[in-house]
Amino acid sequence: MKSSNKLFEPALVQTALKQSFIKLDPRVMIKNPVMFTVEVGTLIMAYVTIYSLKNNGQGSPIYNFFIFLILLLTVLFANFAEAIAEARGKAQADSLRKTREETPAKVILSNGSIEIRSSSLLKKGDVFLCETGDTIPTDGEIIEGIATIDESAITGESAPVIRESGGDKSSVTGGTKVLSDQIKIQVNTQPGESFLDKMIALVEGASRQKTPNEIALTILLASFTLVFIIVCVTLKPFADYANTPITIASLISLFVCLIPTTIGGLLSAIGIAGMDRALRANVITKSGKAVETAGDIDVLLLDKTGTITIGNRKATNFYPAPGVDNKAFIEACVMSSLADETPEGKSIIELATIQNFKVMPAPAGSIFIKFTAETRSSGLDTKDGKRTRKGAFDSIRNIVLKAGNPFPAETEDQVKAISNNGGTPLVVSVNEKTMGVIELQDIIKPGISERFERLRKMGVKTVMVTGDNPLTAKFIAEKAGVDDFIAEAKPEDKMNYIKDVQALGKLVAMMVDGTNDAPALAQADVGVAMNSGTQAAKEAGNMVDLDNDPTKLIEIVEIGKQLLITRGTLTTFSIANDVAKYFAIVPALFIASIPALERLNVMGLHSPESAILSAVIFNAVIIPILIPLALKGVEYKPIGASALLRRNLLIYGLGGVIAPFIGIKIIDLLVGLFV
Amino acid sequence: MNTELFGIVATYLLTLVIAIPLGKYLAKVFAGEKVWTDFLKPLETGIYKLSGINIKEEMDWKQHMKALLTINLVWLVYGFFVLIYQDKLPLNPDGNPGMTPDLAFNTIISFVVNCNLQHYSGESGLTYLTQHFVIMFLHFVSAATGIAAAVVFFKAFREKTTVKLGNFWEFFVKSITRLLLPLSLVVALILALNGTPTSYEGKDQFISMQGDTVNVSRGPAAGMIAIKHIGTNGGGWFGVNSAHPLENPNYLTDSVELIAQVILPIAMVIAFGIFIRRRKLSWIIFGVMTIGMFLLLIPTVSSELGGNPLIAKMGVSQATGAMEGKEVRFGPAISGYWSTVTTIISTGSVNSMHDSTMPLTGMWQLLGMMINAFFGGCGVGILNYFIYLIIAVFISGLMVGRTPEFLGHKVEAREVKIAALITLLSPFLILAGTALASFVFTNHGDAAWVVQPKNWLSNQGFHGFSEMLYEMTSSNANNGSGFEGLGDNNIFWNVTTGFVLFLGRFLPIIGPVAIAGLLGAKKHVPESAGTLKTDTLTFGLMTFAVIVVLNALSYFPALALGPLAEYFTMLK
Repeated sequence: MKSSNKLFEPALVQTALKQSFIKLDPRVMIKNPVMFTVEVGTLIMAYVTIYSLKNNGQGSPIYNFFIFLILLLTVLFANFAEAIAEARGKAQADSLRKTREETPAKVILSNGSIEIRSSSLLKKGDVFLCETGDTIPTDGEIIEGIATIDESAITGESAPVIRESGGDKSSVTGGTKVLSDQIKIQVNTQPGESFLDKMIALVEGASRQKTPNEIALTILLASFTLVFIIVCVTLKPFADYANTPITIASLISLFVCLIPTTIGGLLSAIGIAGMDRALRANVITKSGKAVETAGDIDVLLLDKTGTITIGNRKATNFYPAPGVDNKAFIEACVMSSLADETPEGKSIIELATIQNFKVMPAPAGSIFIKFTAETRSSGLDTKDGKRTRKGAFDSIRNIVLKAGNPFPAETEDQVKAISNNGGTPLVVSVNEKTMGVIELQDIIKPGISERFERLRKMGVKTVMVTGDNPLTAKFIAEKAGVDDFIAEAKPEDKMNYIKDVQALGKLVAMMVDGTNDAPALAQADVGVAMNSGTQAAKEAGNMVDLDNDPTKLIEIVEIGKQLLITRGTLTTFSIANDVAKYFAIVPALFIASIPALERLNVMGLHSPESAILSAVIFNAVIIPILIPLALKGVEYKPIGASALLRRNLLIYGLGGVIAPFIGIKIIDLLVGLFV
Repeated sequence: MNTELFGIVATYLLTLVIAIPLGKYLAKVFAGEKVWTDFLKPLETGIYKLSGINIKEEMDWKQHMKALLTINLVWLVYGFFVLIYQDKLPLNPDGNPGMTPDLAFNTIISFVVNCNLQHYSGESGLTYLTQHFVIMFLHFVSAATGIAAAVVFFKAFREKTTVKLGNFWEFFVKSITRLLLPLSLVVALILALNGTPTSYEGKDQFISMQGDTVNVSRGPAAGMIAIKHIGTNGGGWFGVNSAHPLENPNYLTDSVELIAQVILPIAMVIAFGIFIRRRKLSWIIFGVMTIGMFLLLIPTVSSELGGNPLIAKMGVSQATGAMEGKEVRFGPAISGYWSTVTTIISTGSVNSMHDSTMPLTGMWQLLGMMINAFFGGCGVGILNYFIYLIIAVFISGLMVGRTPEFLGHKVEAREVKIAALITLLSPFLILAGTALASFVFTNHGDAAWVVQPKNWLSNQGFHGFSEMLYEMTSSNANNGSGFEGLGDNNIFWNVTTGFVLFLGRFLPIIGPVAIAGLLGAKKHVPESAGTLKTDTLTFGLMTFAVIVVLNALSYFPALALGPLAEYFTMLK
């Protein structure tokens, strides 16, 4: 998916501008209590403007009209911020959706005949056929066949991928293209209920729910607003006591300047932009909460294969057991791997070929023994009663010892030596007799340890999950720089590990693609399923990564943190701004009857009217000025919480105090030319 | 060094020397560890048995608050009637009358809530019976209520996750037997030895040098003056409080009373860290409070020592500083120190008239009470601080990109809601109260009350506004000091401040205890590198900024119309 990084695309701006006016509807505005009060203030000012045309005592109609106009702009700016964030999110989602709309689907009817139907009419449970050159009309699961698929429309990755029925790679996404072969696909979502549909609804606002932190912040901002209502309402009797008439325009201006309009106006834009950033990172989230939770993650569970190491382990050496002929051993290795479709199995055949062994197909009538997580071995039984097994060291040793045969010490030493070097030993037996060891080696991804270091600085502990034995796992864990590992992991081990960590009060994120990880994925606080993964895994997790990139979690964690930081810093900025606004407005209110208060006019503003106008204008324009920051998010730096707080407090707290002094003064110089 | 400044420094250092070990002792007492006062255990056991209390029954925060409110309600009803009928009860040698219902309403609330706003004068408004069994009794129990509430709050953070927060009655009884009684005993002795009366006889008489007959009120005052400071109550035996020569005879007693009112509030802060095993957190809180205190103290002392600019303009030398309203035996420096301490610590006793201090000093006094968390009242000070801390935790938690947490407990919408409501309460009570008073003064000056609204203020203009603002602020802060110069014994002030007092006391106790109770019950999250630590200088600075900004934003316009306008006009 190619997306523009320009913040304000003309087409989007146009939609957003229109939306800014539509959003003036009080029924919509009331969801944002801060901006709602500004809208009420705007309405009052409209009335005051009309009233002052014929009556005295409320200032000049022109001045009142200007205040009205600026307040209206303040509301519109806030609406625009939300609208542009929505428009961007929607555009992003639309570009995903466009590819899958109105694609003809070859639906296979129950009588076996094929009918062409529009993709939008597909229902859950329908089965359709896709052949070479077809665009897959909707999300589904392959129930028959294997095909190479071009997923570049979704992932931007041009290399085709293989998807086949059964196993972990059976999911296809609408909008992708079949490059070869043909597959039968079953629709697994109702129309309008796919993840993408959910995501679009989230950014469009209709079903957007506020996240817990957003709710808490809204409460805090509402209470600040209430404080300022009290401050402004009580100012009237105070002024009466001091014999100072205060116009409604001044009171409303003071009120609007004081309430946290900056953060209030940008709050929902920040939230939507966070979802949008996740979408830009090609991650579909099922809720805003999941993104926020990602920022709180303490422990991250990662599969070793494909995440920490490049692709898969490859066979590098054959070590026959004492007294076993090299050729016989290689033959056993090949026999055991003939039915093994895993990359490891294939690499064994490859290595055998390299060593000039002529690979023959399995003799007729052979029975393949599939690998299971429980037996942790696989193999082949030929018709003539030859039982070849290949598997983890302890599982094969069990088979051998159970049959009453000895397990050679030399082989055991070899197993240890391989493990100590970070390799994976696979032991092969024929008829419960040890034949030897195959060495598999992992290659660690370049740059991965730097990423783990970054996570560590964020306070996230990384845990590698692997089926390897503890020795191998330890070697790779140390080399890659992960903090912990789960070796010889069975699905329930992952589950238990997650539960244990959660019992300590920590939040766990997990990123996997396998079917049997679905329970663990559901148990994790943040579960990211691969788009290539099974439907079960996708349902269990709360995010789907379209790129199938396991290190994506690092980005998601940062997006989550950025979301909170942006809210926190802009709140601080907004409140800090009030100091300067007070120094602009309070002297202006009272200077006529209490000339001594001129001393509070530290900015030396031109006149009471220009002071109030400047403060209100500053208050309005700061919103659009900060929209880019709200959309991009405040940068997260993993420098430790206290250092980060110091930094943000300095920039947004102290900066928030100083900036409006300068801004209001400049605006006053300009306004002073006219007033 | 100037002797007067030396007096301040010595008093402050002595305060710390006593308060810090006292904090350690306090933590041990409430943690149930061995302390030397354990010989009082039989007495406590006797009290529990007599009252049918089983201290093994632990309460959650709601049960604690129920117990606290119930017992306070009992005192409220009891005191109200005793005050009304005090003229018919014994121990009334001067034949003082019973209180009017509105005055009794105000007085009883005021003492139950540890505020001690006095719209009467002790000499003529109370009898020895009510001084003892209403006023002094409430001095003890209202202080103990505050301490017990703070201990409940401590309890919530001692264990990782807990809903059981000890037994309220145990905390309450121990606050009296282990802290308030012994400490008051020492202070009372020093006062009595320095000339504060302890007799039950009525007024004494002497003939002055001008030949006038002067009646001097007396009474068993020393004990009450001791607990009025130890318990940060502030309500004096005599009308002019600790400016009275019998209530505060000399510089030594002045220092003793100053130390007495600060030691428990400081000790509570120290005890908090020891109790929850995070001493560093205590020191950071102590640091923030101390800096806040000095920032109010230094300009106060300097403006009082500097004298009145209007007098200076007349060419009159003021070598001793601004002396109006001050006792010659104390002088402006230590009086300035007292005025800071008594306003930040919700004692509200005075040794000089705040109405006569310089306009800016008045502002510092007002701010001290508005903030009400630089040490604050005994027990409640740290609870008030906790509200600011939660707001700071929330905003800074967001700023570092993590769901905010305090001591391993996530701060979520519910806690923020409570903190926001409590934050809202003070500006509401202070500003709405003052606005109502201003409104009545401006528009209904002729209302037929005992004191007509137009005659409320002894000063017109800005200073008059400060007088009204001060009264409401003092009520809300449960401080009890008065700017005086305000005709406050009438139905308007008695009733309005009565409500402000009540709300300003119990909601800010329930709020923080509720937050602590909710947090304590939550799952404990272990610290990681991403966790924002609350016991760092940076976080201390953040809390300080929150305190300053919140208060400045809430009260700037009111302060501009009162003390600031007066000050700038004076400079002209």
